[in-house]
Amino acid sequence: MRRDLLLAFRRPGEWLQPLAFFALVTTLFPLAMDPEAAVLRRLAPAALWVSLLLASLLALDFLFREDGRDGTLEQYAVSGQSFTALLLAKTATHWLLTGMPLALAGPLAAVSLGAPPSAMPGVFFALLLGSVSLSLIGSIGAGLTLGLRRGGALLSLLVLPLVMPVLVFGARATANAIAGDDAAGALYLLAASGVLALTLAPLAAAAAVRISLE
Amino acid sequence: MGSSPAVRTNLTLHSTPSADARLEVLNLHLWRGDRHLLRGLHFAMEPGDALQLLWPNGAGKTSLLRCIAGFLHAEEGTIRWRGVPVDADPDAFHWEMAYLGHETALKADLTAAENLRFACALRHGAEEAAMRIALQTVGLAQLDPMQPARSLSAGQRRRLSLARLSLWNARLWLLDEPAANLDAAGQEVLAELLRHHLASGGMAILATHASLAVDSGRWKTWGAPAESAA
Amino acid sequence: MNWVWFHRFGSPPYFYRFAGRWAPWFLGIACVLLVVGLYGGLVMAPVDYFQSDAYRIIYVHVPSAYLSLMTYTYMALAAAVGLIWRIKICHAIASACAPAGAGFTVVSLATGMIWGQPTWGTWWAWDPRIVSQLFVLFFFLGYISLRGAIEDRDRADRASAVLAIVGVINVPIVHYSVEWWNSLHQGPSLMRADGPTMPMSMAWPLLVMIGAYTFYFLAIMLMRARAEVLRRERGGAWLREELARAGAVS
Repeated sequence: MRRDLLLAFRRPGEWLQPLAFFALVTTLFPLAMDPEAAVLRRLAPAALWVSLLLASLLALDFLFREDGRDGTLEQYAVSGQSFTALLLAKTATHWLLTGMPLALAGPLAAVSLGAPPSAMPGVFFALLLGSVSLSLIGSIGAGLTLGLRRGGALLSLLVLPLVMPVLVFGARATANAIAGDDAAGALYLLAASGVLALTLAPLAAAAAVRISLE
Repeated sequence: MGSSPAVRTNLTLHSTPSADARLEVLNLHLWRGDRHLLRGLHFAMEPGDALQLLWPNGAGKTSLLRCIAGFLHAEEGTIRWRGVPVDADPDAFHWEMAYLGHETALKADLTAAENLRFACALRHGAEEAAMRIALQTVGLAQLDPMQPARSLSAGQRRRLSLARLSLWNARLWLLDEPAANLDAAGQEVLAELLRHHLASGGMAILATHASLAVDSGRWKTWGAPAESAA
Repeated sequence: MNWVWFHRFGSPPYFYRFAGRWAPWFLGIACVLLVVGLYGGLVMAPVDYFQSDAYRIIYVHVPSAYLSLMTYTYMALAAAVGLIWRIKICHAIASACAPAGAGFTVVSLATGMIWGQPTWGTWWAWDPRIVSQLFVLFFFLGYISLRGAIEDRDRADRASAVLAIVGVINVPIVHYSVEWWNSLHQGPSLMRADGPTMPMSMAWPLLVMIGAYTFYFLAIMLMRARAEVLRRERGGAWLREELARAGAVS
């Protein structure tokens, strides 16, 4: 049931936008402040995660939008298949196309902000796990704001408070990785929150979308 | 029509016996916001029945269809399929039901064939041959296979969704304005599909503006919301 | 549990009359408690060794912080009941809780800032408890915004209910955040298993104030919910009778 991938290849513009946005925002940080190496390095985790969040919010906007508008989501709801599973598949595909590239780009951005290359695996895993949680929790927000006129802004307002723990853990993990400390503890916490999100978020998202389909 | 036998082949794939397939709507009350749209609606449908709701706009025909389909929750009343309340096992009910709403649920970037394949994979797979026959039945066989659905006209898209309908082996059809955007030939296609569906033990509820002239099955037409059929 | 009572509550006319009768009483009790608590806290309680008189703002700050969390919990509870059992009154109650809860959170943050200035030397600090309170505020605002953004009332009810339930995870985080992270806030001194560490003379006005705030909240919530019921049941026959009766009496 991953035909969304095919769809995505037909419309590359949409999926490249968040990536470009991410790159842009991470570049903004050193431009906006004193590009001294030590300072930049300390700023890097925050910059990376804020950029990840903003780019993900941008991407989440169109997670369900098209399918909601052309009636595909309706058909999913009455297809006799598990609605939760279908939505999870959609979210997973969406993540592969948005979250994953961001996680891949992250280490590169980190290095550009002064992080040592040895930090790259740590940064990558932190962003990877974090983006999974972000996509899952964001799908709830996307479901709730489906079809609303200024849904994008509202989506941000709703999702950001919910992903606060992810931000905290992720930033800590990234900071540890860049400083050379052991990031395992924070990474485990990130993974744990990801698992929690995986178990609870799809149910909430399915409920949210059903309500929006009424 | 030359392709009638082929259509019949598709539709006789009903795997479950039609003996006890029955839709019962008992004492349905539905509110939308403050409006009491459906008051104590009460009817039953057997295989071969068709019900046409010829209600004015805003009287609740879309809401009724969506309520039966499971999108809306009725404040009072029960809907039973094969004697079991739909709420108890919605997935089993949905498996045997097909809903055609206002939107066509077609992806603009995929071709017609891909759309069909995708839609059928949602239920149970479909073979290439069956898909080609379905396209032929609705008169879309001569389309350029590489053409995305975006470039089809509204009428062609509606025909495509009808093709999808014929490929799903659903016993109960809930059709909301199925004749929208269809020219006379398209309406004939729709009528033909309905005729075969009803003849092979299916049921259909349609919400329409203008009455469709289909001379098959037990065809009931309701003109006002407050009626209950015997 | 007496389910009959529960179901009676769910009927709008009953709730309307109940709320109308009890809200003024609750408000009255709240005022009395407020006066008692304030007097006790501002005048009678002894001066604190470390913080002298500035600590007295605790009598406004702590109850409002406590209430903001409690309000959110009530809201989430009402939303959950409304969502699962489809009782429309619960959604009216939940929507009534939100503005009050947001107000409490704002008061708690503001008084916290005012307290922080003389004691810690700063208006603001990125302390986990403060930040979590801020997020509770965002949740309330998000709830209110979502409600406002959806035109169909039933969909607004149910969508914001889902939001409230999902956000309820934040409440225990705030409550326990003080224990998990090192923070500027003192550890819990009231709700501890081995009894309060605060001397009773300081503690009782605090409890009274908490009571005052609770009754105030209940009164406000009932009044708002009542107004919401009015709005929703505009065409109901029972409402017309009710208003006619009220008109005949006054």
